[in-house]
Amino acid sequence: MSDRVKIFLLLLPAMSFIVLLFFGGLAIGLMRSFNYMPIIGLLEPNLEAYFKIFTSAEFLRSFLLTFHIAFTSTVISSVLAIGAALLLRRQFIGRAVVNFLFQLNLTVPHLVGAIGILYLFSQSGTFARLAAEWGMISRPRDFPVLVFDPYAIGIILQYVWKEIPFIGIIVLANMQSLGEDYESVARSLGATRWQAFRHVLLPLIFPGVLSASVIVFAFTFGAYEIPAILGANYPAALPVLAYRKYTDVDLAARPEAMAMAIVIAVLSAIMIYIYVRYTRRRIRS
Amino acid sequence: MRGRESMFTRGFRALTGAVLITWLVLPLIPLGIWSFARGWYFPDLLPRNWSLRAWEYTLSDTAGVIECLWLTIGISLAATFLSIIVGVPAGRALGLYRFRGKELVELMILAPTIVPGIAVVLGIHSVFIALGLNNTVGGVIIVHLIPTLPYMVLVMSGIFANYDPSYEAQARSLGASALETFWYITVPAIMPGVIVGGLFAFLVSWSQYILTLLIGGGKVVTLPLLLFNFATSNRNDITGAIGMIYILPGILILLMTARHLSGRSSAVGGFGTI
Repeated sequence: MSDRVKIFLLLLPAMSFIVLLFFGGLAIGLMRSFNYMPIIGLLEPNLEAYFKIFTSAEFLRSFLLTFHIAFTSTVISSVLAIGAALLLRRQFIGRAVVNFLFQLNLTVPHLVGAIGILYLFSQSGTFARLAAEWGMISRPRDFPVLVFDPYAIGIILQYVWKEIPFIGIIVLANMQSLGEDYESVARSLGATRWQAFRHVLLPLIFPGVLSASVIVFAFTFGAYEIPAILGANYPAALPVLAYRKYTDVDLAARPEAMAMAIVIAVLSAIMIYIYVRYTRRRIRS
Repeated sequence: MRGRESMFTRGFRALTGAVLITWLVLPLIPLGIWSFARGWYFPDLLPRNWSLRAWEYTLSDTAGVIECLWLTIGISLAATFLSIIVGVPAGRALGLYRFRGKELVELMILAPTIVPGIAVVLGIHSVFIALGLNNTVGGVIIVHLIPTLPYMVLVMSGIFANYDPSYEAQARSLGASALETFWYITVPAIMPGVIVGGLFAFLVSWSQYILTLLIGGGKVVTLPLLLFNFATSNRNDITGAIGMIYILPGILILLMTARHLSGRSSAVGGFGTI
């Protein structure tokens, strides 16, 4: 058997699965978003669903909210993860514990984290009780609204909780493979600690940080259960809105749901493009 | 330089370390306490009455939680098993060979790990209607393969990149059959990768929510769906107990891999780089 045949046969099951189910699912979603579905007699594709969602205040507010959630969570998690990785490079009391918790946290499903954040930050949650204990508030509703809130603070807190270890582990592995020689050279040439970090280490770890951030951005933009637990009813995050539209009793709303799913897919395609560009560059160098 | 680090620097590190540790465990604490609380009202910092009621309910035959736990384990095991069967050959192709279009194939396999489930599952749902796969356990297992299979393939392609196929040729030249060669040469060599990739696939399937919700259509209720329902109906004590059960496999897998891959345990975290 030639290598070409072998490669083809080895790849066949996995590729047929991914093409049929994953890309097939995307394609069917795309067709339905254009109101094109020959099986049920819809033969003339149109842009009605897209017109509808892009002129709807609910969709636009939902899109902006989701973008804000994804962007803010990604930026905060990345910055804190770099800090955590810098800390974990050094010896300190409790380093083994942080290392273990980083790994543990990766295994905890987002849903559990979301419920935990709910019990911590709701108006009758742990922090509200602490505030009452210290005499800062007297009733639950005196406590600031941190979950189900219009700024999605609770959702962002959950993502920050979950993604610091994810990005942190990637960045730490990156730093360890680079070693500290470059920084030592910069320091011996008179750079301050900050200059050595800003102009030497940061540019070196940036591709790694970026590829991890891109994965986090795409995830936080498209996750359903976290905003469903911690989010406000209106405006809802885009995945929640898409699910609601899809399961609406009015079947005519389904193309709109599909159009929203396509918007999410397009955004993640942009993220894949950035990811591939930067990881390729990293491999080359 | 490092020997003369000031007290201030060391103190600062220990302090930020302590803050980080607190933040990492914090969300799990109220969940654990709630599972042993009997009515825990504002502004009590700790429950006035402790009780095992939530656990008794959760573990009883009538609640259906245990049944749901077995179903979830079954679905995740099946998705893992299928990922191994389908993913190992693809990993071999990507790890051992260079061929035209390889980058495109890798990109297509990578895509499902980045594109969120909601973006593809609506389209799949409308096809599964025609195939009669909605609201069935089989349909849920198939759809779980979307996120699990890519991880399996990527892990195995890493394993096969460091694998020497000439051992197989030697075994064959010494008279071993293809099946014997596979069983005695290939399987032992790739086993560590299959185990780690399999555990990874299991956890990925274990944490699926929206794919199960939509394709299962409320008929196939896995643990996360049940957890969500209790969490949104304000049964905090039972939510706490189910939540604790739900995170258990992850903790067990972490402890297991840390022991078996001692010294290489960072490899588990390393999969984050995929």
